[in-house]
Amino acid sequence: MRNNFKIIYRKEVQSFFNSPVAYITLVVFLLINAWFFTSTFFLINESDLRMLFTVAPIVFIFFIPAITMGMIAKEKNSGTLEFITTLPFSDAEIVIAKFLAALTLVATALLFTTVHFITLLIVGNNIDVGALISGYLGLLLVGAAYTAIGTFGSSVTDNQITAFIISFLIIFILFILDKILMFVPGFLSSLLQYLSIDYHLSNISRGVIDSRNLVYLGSIILFFLLMSIRVVEMRKWR
Amino acid sequence: MIEIRNLVKNYGDVKAVHDISFEVQNGEILGFLGPNGAGKTTTLKVITGYLSPTSGNVFVDDMNVIEDSMEIRKMIGYLPEMNPLYHDMEVYDFLEFVAHAREIDKSRFRSRLNEVIELCGLKGIVHKNINELSKGYCQRVGLAQAIIHDPKILILDEPTSGLDPNQIVEIRGLIKNLGKAKTVIISSHILQEIQVTADRMIIINKGEIVANGTIDELMVDFKGKTRLKLELKNADAESLKKVQSFNDGILLSEFSEKDGIMTAVLEYPNSLDPRQDIFMHAVKHKWVILEMSRHKTSLEDVFRNLTIEGGTTNAK
Repeated sequence: MRNNFKIIYRKEVQSFFNSPVAYITLVVFLLINAWFFTSTFFLINESDLRMLFTVAPIVFIFFIPAITMGMIAKEKNSGTLEFITTLPFSDAEIVIAKFLAALTLVATALLFTTVHFITLLIVGNNIDVGALISGYLGLLLVGAAYTAIGTFGSSVTDNQITAFIISFLIIFILFILDKILMFVPGFLSSLLQYLSIDYHLSNISRGVIDSRNLVYLGSIILFFLLMSIRVVEMRKWR
Repeated sequence: MIEIRNLVKNYGDVKAVHDISFEVQNGEILGFLGPNGAGKTTTLKVITGYLSPTSGNVFVDDMNVIEDSMEIRKMIGYLPEMNPLYHDMEVYDFLEFVAHAREIDKSRFRSRLNEVIELCGLKGIVHKNINELSKGYCQRVGLAQAIIHDPKILILDEPTSGLDPNQIVEIRGLIKNLGKAKTVIISSHILQEIQVTADRMIIINKGEIVANGTIDELMVDFKGKTRLKLELKNADAESLKKVQSFNDGILLSEFSEKDGIMTAVLEYPNSLDPRQDIFMHAVKHKWVILEMSRHKTSLEDVFRNLTIEGGTTNAK
């Protein structure tokens, strides 16, 4: 069973790094982050990565759907979904392996941003390393949540652009929820706040790892992965 | 053995496959023939586990395609319609991926790869990207992935569509060769293809089986008739029917009369030949035979007959 994951995962990672899309999005992601990091870093004289932790989730909103859009949509479009689903792989194995492969690319992008982390360690003082590590964990978890949403977006259509837009919209709505609290009636605001991704992320990136936040992000990942598997399975009964 | 029992598959309101049943014996090459949209591909997709039946079931070696899908898939090599391949992969990487998926271990992979390269004629393109290959080579790669694990069952959905005539001959030869040791289902809308490769054929139209048998059986069942066209002057139908009565198997299938010239089409089993009787009869009654021409039905006509609008009523 686990072997199947490995086989699909390897192929997916290979095909990510065989295509220019991965490199282009990676470079763009890193440039944007580097720009925001360096433009304020020496001005404010702060020894943290707050800028990275604020900007990266926003860049993720575009970056991750761009990575995931082809994952299943492309296979549907070219017909290879029929090929891979008639191999002795279960639909869940295929979807989860693809998710993990995309997450690897996200993690790679994050790995490159540790350049800023290292810079900070060298030139800064009074650094709260724990908070920084927690911040990275937060980014990785949010990245995983977005990737799960992106997987879902890619599973519902055979058009990559449509997949991008669907994933982008879902992520964007989840991201914006706690920023529109002033426009909603009071009794809804705490619910909306709890549903907002950014609310949970901001806790983690401050260095507070609360089980509520982990449960929330875990549920998002699980929910969208299960939905993606369902959607892929649904082809059998359409 | 593959057993399809009362298979029904609907896409929403559209009935793609409507209650079909048939069996494929071990080692048999079955031709699955029908016009586009007849339900061939849908049936194959159910057997391979890509789609689930609306009702009915498919058994492979007494295993059920719904519950034992994974086991069945391991026994099947499948070349889907349009031959979808990962065009961003190298042929080698692609075959290696399939080999892993098919649980071929590393030590066996090398030798098996060489066999498949030899068998499918992939020499020289193994390290090329799939998107650089011609359609014929893509088809070979598709076949290679289907046979790499030496499956008991081979399912090929329109394996020669889109190929040029030379490539078609090659691929057919390859299939015939592979079919010696395997159970093969090959679908096509081209009759000759089935005729040269298959032991038995099933003709399907609008989701229903309209014919099932060896090629010879089908010829006896359907072709078994000769059509004789007659143009006679001074003749009358009543008198002509008296000729028929000489032999029981003759049927007057078309008849018309215009300006004293009678046109008639007779149908009768190949075993009969009433031409001499008709001539004698004509002489006796001083008819003038303007035309008497014989037309033997070919398998092509059988196929057309069975699959053209309303043709199903002609079938058994």
